[in-house]
Amino acid sequence: MARAVTTRKKAAYTALAWAVGLLIFFPILWTFLTSFKPEATAIADPPVFLFFDWTTENYGDVQERSNYARYLVNSIIIAGGSTLLGVLIAIPAAWSMAFVPGSRTKDILLWMLSTKMLPAVGVVYPIYLISRDLGLLDSRIALVFILMLINLPIIVWMLYTYFKEIPVDILEAARMDGASLKNEILYVLTPMAVPGIASTVLLNIILAWNEAFWTLNLTTVNAAPLTAFIASYSSPEGLFFAKLSAASTMAIAPILIMGWFSQKQLVRGLTFGAVK
Amino acid sequence: MATQHSKAAARLMISPAVVLLLGWMLVPLTMTLYFSFRRYTPLRPGNEGWVGFDNYQRFITSSSFLDSVGTTLLMVGGILFITVVFGVLLGLLLDQPIWGQGIVRILVIAPFFVMPTVSALVWKNMFLDPVNGLLSHLWEFFGATPVDWLTQAPLFSIILIVSWQWLPFATLILLTAVQSLDSEQLEAAEMDGAPPIKRFWFIILPHLARAITVVILIQTIFLLSIFAEIFVTTSGAFGTRTLTYLVYQRVLESQNVGLGSAGGIYAVILANIVAIFLMRIVGKNLDA
Repeated sequence: MARAVTTRKKAAYTALAWAVGLLIFFPILWTFLTSFKPEATAIADPPVFLFFDWTTENYGDVQERSNYARYLVNSIIIAGGSTLLGVLIAIPAAWSMAFVPGSRTKDILLWMLSTKMLPAVGVVYPIYLISRDLGLLDSRIALVFILMLINLPIIVWMLYTYFKEIPVDILEAARMDGASLKNEILYVLTPMAVPGIASTVLLNIILAWNEAFWTLNLTTVNAAPLTAFIASYSSPEGLFFAKLSAASTMAIAPILIMGWFSQKQLVRGLTFGAVK
Repeated sequence: MATQHSKAAARLMISPAVVLLLGWMLVPLTMTLYFSFRRYTPLRPGNEGWVGFDNYQRFITSSSFLDSVGTTLLMVGGILFITVVFGVLLGLLLDQPIWGQGIVRILVIAPFFVMPTVSALVWKNMFLDPVNGLLSHLWEFFGATPVDWLTQAPLFSIILIVSWQWLPFATLILLTAVQSLDSEQLEAAEMDGAPPIKRFWFIILPHLARAITVVILIQTIFLLSIFAEIFVTTSGAFGTRTLTYLVYQRVLESQNVGLGSAGGIYAVILANIVAIFLMRIVGKNLDA
């Protein structure tokens, strides 16, 4: 509902919006800045904002003291693996529901969504028992599988809405022009489907990366990802603000960047088409 | 164009996802249901057996249950109130013509992508710490006595942290809804001399009603299962034990699986009540 406004009004709105935006962003900015401070400066009173001796030693310390790289690798494997597996299972399902809808398609979609609403505490002990009996406690495989399952409804749903937007007429036109099935998939379908699939992958990596119930409760050492790594900084390391900040910055930076790219998909992915 | 053949293929293509989700839903839920009717304490084995609805009754009549329900209501309600009110205001603000709109949007959305353990720990130590936290510096600057937030106002602190994480979500959805508002209607109202408050109340707010409902429902489902933020900050102490956290403690900390499973079933029922309303809205939109 953008309308023409005077420059003065625009300046006022701009000032207010930037003030609010910076206020909301401030904790992240502060964490980022603190990660480059010497420990003593990090807790200085009055706080130092920009003019301090910038140092990167905190980052080295974090790696040295707690082997950050191992947690990072676990996070990448768990978030990436669960997303990839989920997408592989979801593509055929979403595809057939979008292009060969049956009388039950709507019910199936809604039922899938409803499984997303299942509270984790309602099933945590059985999952713990099953993982233990399969010898998968504190294993990345178990987490890949569990996170795939909790995000599968969102993946199916997102892909479904994207596939739904591909006009079927184009496929038929290609077929009429004599395109083989292989060419039809390769040159007509894929270019139209890939952006949707990419957005789905991006959003679900973010969700899996930040998942903090199963990752905290089903891992101890071997499979622990960054969520657990940070939780272990609670005390006493948490009192070393600069190191805590360095660890936090490393844990959130990659996802923050991905998140900024996927902000438009966020609405689609998390409202299930209820807001357009 | 759907032939018998392609219908069969379609069913085959859906089946892996359906079977997996069915298994994920039914197997553990059936086990929890089974445990909930038994005495089951793995740390003190030997007294297992069928107890009927005993666990359900014990769970619901314990004083910690009522406390946890109150805490859950306050926490979820507080976060919903903050995120919806500020989400509407921010959505309207971001819709105005401003310089650098894209950047402001990015700044506002950022907290949503911060992992829960990081935001909880950063807030707990760097902002809310009574000695070195930024807020205590601020309080001292104005001559006030610093507050030990997480012991003196623990529930408020957690509401603050989680609201910060979820405000971007509410803002983004409400902004999307604001942008779909018909500007001609607003201009007509403006020309007829309707003051901003009236325009907001009679045109904008009714238009946003459905988006607000969706935000409330989706957030409620996620907020009912807040875990990491409580785990990292107070571990459920000082009156911050929600229903979810109470069940977690019964099941995993004290390993009273029977009792905790009954609590888990209550949590499932509660989430389902909210989910039914959400499903109705989503379902209607699928038809359109």
